[in-house]
Amino acid sequence: MASITQKEVEHVAQLARLDLTEAEKPMFAEQLNHILAYVDQLQGVSTEGVPLTASVANEEPVLREDSPRECLSVEKALANAPNSHNGFFVVPNILGK
Amino acid sequence: MSLFKLTLKELQGKFTAGEVSAMDIARSYLLRLSQVEPKIKAYITLTPKDILLQQAKAIDDGLKAWRKTQPLMAMPLGIKDNICTEGIRTTCGSRMLENFVPPYDASVVGGLRTHQPLILGKTNLDEFAMGSSTEHSAFGPSRNPWNQKYIPGGSSGGSAAAVAADECVAALGSDTGGSIRQPAACCGVVGFKPTYGRVSRYGLIAFASSLDQIGPITKTVTDAAILLNAIAGFDPMDSTSANREVPDFTKAVKKKDVKKLIFGVPREYFAEGLDPEVSEKVQDAIQVLEELGGTIREVTLPFTEQAIATYYLVATAEASSNLARYDGVKFGFRSKESRDLAEMYRSTRSQGFGPEVKRRIMLGTYALSAGYYDAYYGKAQAVRTLIQREFDAVFKEVDLLVSPVMPTPAFQLGERLDDPLQMYLSDIYTIPASLSGLPAISVPCGLSKLGLPIGLQLMGRPFEEAMVLRAAYAYEQATDWRMKRPVIRS
Repeated sequence: MASITQKEVEHVAQLARLDLTEAEKPMFAEQLNHILAYVDQLQGVSTEGVPLTASVANEEPVLREDSPRECLSVEKALANAPNSHNGFFVVPNILGK
Repeated sequence: MSLFKLTLKELQGKFTAGEVSAMDIARSYLLRLSQVEPKIKAYITLTPKDILLQQAKAIDDGLKAWRKTQPLMAMPLGIKDNICTEGIRTTCGSRMLENFVPPYDASVVGGLRTHQPLILGKTNLDEFAMGSSTEHSAFGPSRNPWNQKYIPGGSSGGSAAAVAADECVAALGSDTGGSIRQPAACCGVVGFKPTYGRVSRYGLIAFASSLDQIGPITKTVTDAAILLNAIAGFDPMDSTSANREVPDFTKAVKKKDVKKLIFGVPREYFAEGLDPEVSEKVQDAIQVLEELGGTIREVTLPFTEQAIATYYLVATAEASSNLARYDGVKFGFRSKESRDLAEMYRSTRSQGFGPEVKRRIMLGTYALSAGYYDAYYGKAQAVRTLIQREFDAVFKEVDLLVSPVMPTPAFQLGERLDDPLQMYLSDIYTIPASLSGLPAISVPCGLSKLGLPIGLQLMGRPFEEAMVLRAAYAYEQATDWRMKRPVIRS
């Protein structure tokens, strides 16, 4: 099954919000094919009826009261922002040019 | 004797007895860092000298007034640079977070700070902890103190190299697929990944959330127990943190006793691909455990063969999701010239991430994408269940599992950089315990002919860290590998 074309690499890059250079495209295609050929060995394992493991946490997740408590101040929360104004994060245009 | 040569336990003893001051310790380590750090490059960020001396003075002054010490008071520590430290830049080895100054401490750091340690700096790692050599750090690789042409291992390579080179007395690392144990083995120090849930990950920059765990990297097993005592325990800020009682781990390292313990030797961990020198040293170690009164039993874990494939689908899938947050909006790097938001996301991520991180995001995105989800991510989750069941079954027969940490000693810098799969394959013996959330330790068990350290791995049942430590301690005390120290050549 494992075969990823350069076109698929470009599609996956778009899903992941990455722009690949012309040099990266064939490189990633080759490396990902190499890795996918390796991981394909899992297809040979019979897993019918086997439940999926998403987490190995032994305990049930702990819930707490949804009550107000102290949190980061606006100043601290914005301190690492590349661009902020009047307590907001500033980003480029969302729609069109 | 220079203070920087002492173990954590020894230094703690001298400080508590009042034989040395925090100032003596700070000065000794500042001298050591000035001599060794330019060669080893274990740190990304060092605490400025004047701040460190101020902290040391505050500890000494406070002691005069209060005379109350804490176990880690004045102990010089290194913290892996994916663990958030309030007010101290935390880069995660990435251009993306080059200027990120966390607004809060990770819970483990907050806990350590109540002891008033001397945090010497933030140690180097592969970018976002993705790698086995520190060569994927955006700030350049660290060097193996035993031979600077070789990798220190990864991803916690900076922490392991710093401990081995006496650039801190102990350090924190993080382990997702072996990132504490493998560099500890490469650098001839002790590295302990506790059970998943034993130590809070709040403030640990997420790579693969179902696998990440913080743990100690130290000179001795006793030191690992001391540091684990300070970081273990329930944390309401981490929903995966285990609400269980934490034993005093230092009690496990008092007697050299493995009698009545049954050690399982998994056949698959000694199969093809294991370097003969590593095999020999690990077999010698197994013999030592037997001579100490342990029972040795061969066991089989057939799904070991599928562990790497399972891991590289689960971990990359989780990473692709976790790393979606680096979009240039709230923190971290932002690419300058973008016409719209979508373009800003793409150019920020393309410029901010290095090649290995991009590769893993791509693999993870592919494994989660429509049409491939069941075949890749779903399949890997099912095989993960089988791997876990296999461990459960074998731990009904044995108390601990013993194996190599890595198939070979450290490799040379640059040797595997162009072949990602080859790099991944070096994690084969550490990944299974990660997938099952088991506690596992790496203890030095010999040197190769080239003079590079070799590590012994002991794995235990979930939350049985004390038993792992007890066996590791008995082995360590029965041999003298811990006395061997690297000579750092200029």
